[in-house]
Amino acid sequence: MTEPTTRTSRPFSPPTRFAVPARVPVDTPEATRWRTATLTEIRRETARAATFRLAVPGWPGHLPGQHLHLRLTAPDGYTAQRHYSLASAPDDRGHVEVTLDHVEGGEVSGWFHTRARPGDTVEVRGPLSGFFAWAGDRPALLLGGGSGVVPLMSMVRHHRARDLTVPLRLFVSARRPEELIYAGEYGAETTAVFTRSAPAGVPVGRLTAARLAPSLSDPPAGGWEAYVCGSNAFAEHASRLLAAGGQPVERIRVERFG
Amino acid sequence: MNITRGFTGLRRGERAGLPPGQYDAREEWPVLSAEVTPELSPSDWSFRLGGLVAEPREWDWEAAHRLPSDTFEGDIHCVTGWSRSGMRFGGVCLDVFLRACRPLASATHAVAYAHTGYTAGLPLADLTDGRAWIVWECDGEPLTPEHGGPARLVVPHLYFWKSVKWVAGLELLDHDSPGFWERNGYHARGNPWEEQRYSGD
Ligand SMILES: Cc1cc2nc3c(=O)[nH]c(=O)nc-3n(C[C@H](O)[C@H](O)[C@H](O)COP(=O)(O)OP(=O)(O)OC[C@H]3O[C@@H](n4cnc5c(N)ncnc54)[C@H](O)[C@@H]3O)c2cc1C
Repeated sequence: MTEPTTRTSRPFSPPTRFAVPARVPVDTPEATRWRTATLTEIRRETARAATFRLAVPGWPGHLPGQHLHLRLTAPDGYTAQRHYSLASAPDDRGHVEVTLDHVEGGEVSGWFHTRARPGDTVEVRGPLSGFFAWAGDRPALLLGGGSGVVPLMSMVRHHRARDLTVPLRLFVSARRPEELIYAGEYGAETTAVFTRSAPAGVPVGRLTAARLAPSLSDPPAGGWEAYVCGSNAFAEHASRLLAAGGQPVERIRVERFG
Repeated sequence: MNITRGFTGLRRGERAGLPPGQYDAREEWPVLSAEVTPELSPSDWSFRLGGLVAEPREWDWEAAHRLPSDTFEGDIHCVTGWSRSGMRFGGVCLDVFLRACRPLASATHAVAYAHTGYTAGLPLADLTDGRAWIVWECDGEPLTPEHGGPARLVVPHLYFWKSVKWVAGLELLDHDSPGFWERNGYHARGNPWEEQRYSGD
């Protein structure tokens, strides 16, 4: 069936339907330089999650949805590196915020939750990956589970800070109300879903097709750009719901925390 | 070097034999992919080899399974920081497919692409001489959809984003063509031993 393909000078693109395009060019030399960041503030979000504010001189700026690479170094040179989504909206004052779940036995989140205090320094580089970024240009349908809400909150904050009028909807899933990160910050754009226990009158259970149906059956002009973020189990569930509900797969971006 | 006050490191004992900056995920096999997991059955799967080859070819599931089987046993390394040791993948060595198509002398690079449209750019030399496989089994079980089943590419000596899941084909080129993550700021080659994570590393 195939015939020899002649030499092309343009990048080859495969004959398949999905190809979520990159959203922003990535400025690599700037983004891959390690910078010393100073912890300026720690805010408790839930019993298990806290937000860490970092002053990063020379930070090149970011778009909501991007993440950074963070490195801790022991006195003998041993290092540990992890990725963390940027929680803060773009901030021209050289600060970024990350929100970390305290993973039991976790090397990096453990240090942040049990040792870190303002004045401590770590190293960061970024912003990384243009793929999950949202420039505030297209209607955004956001689905986050657990700490997967972090990059989505950056989008919500950006939307508010810039008074954007482009449609934005957030569905956030948490086990119980006490575990809902940024609980005090959500507005009319957000629907919270609780899987283990919920406030009186709110159903308990996973995100369902029925909860998404109104958004999917009545999309804004131009359609939604969907962003799904969380554990792999959440990402699988939520992205399948979207696809089954009619959201085009080439407009579903998935970020899995592992 | 910026020392982090109070950080001593918990996972250091387990790093022996791993590339720099990696930790041992042990029994865990994290899933990382940017798209919705496709529902692709073996009968829908095919693998095409084209571009700078004397004879472009396409194999379906049955035809690919008639080729001599092979296994890779060893370690894999993900750019997000985890590694898994002692993985056992079953499939066919990529050299078998390449020999059937006879790459032209001008071919220097390849784009590997998935049935979802995901792509990865690779130097051709990283795909030959028993260093890459098309696999459909992991540890004796069929590869699950989340991990790229029914079939994926495995290039274990490079970061795992090069090991394209739901692999659909390879296009041989005479130039480097950045794939999905390479266009998103990741390294063109991705050698874990040299920590080639991002372009610029
Ligand atoms: C793009 C991206 C963005 C992310 N954004 C966020 C974010 O915004 N917020 C967030 O909280 N997380 C985020 N993560 C996850 C984050 O990168 C880390 O994986 C997480 O913080 C855990 O790291 P840790 O060092 O604390 O735990 P680790 O030390 O890596 O441990 C992780 C788990 O593995 C177990 N484990 C590891 N090694 C061993 C071992 N040798 N023996 C036994 N058990 C072991 C631990 O007990 C623990 O359960 C993101 C990940 C990605 C890829």
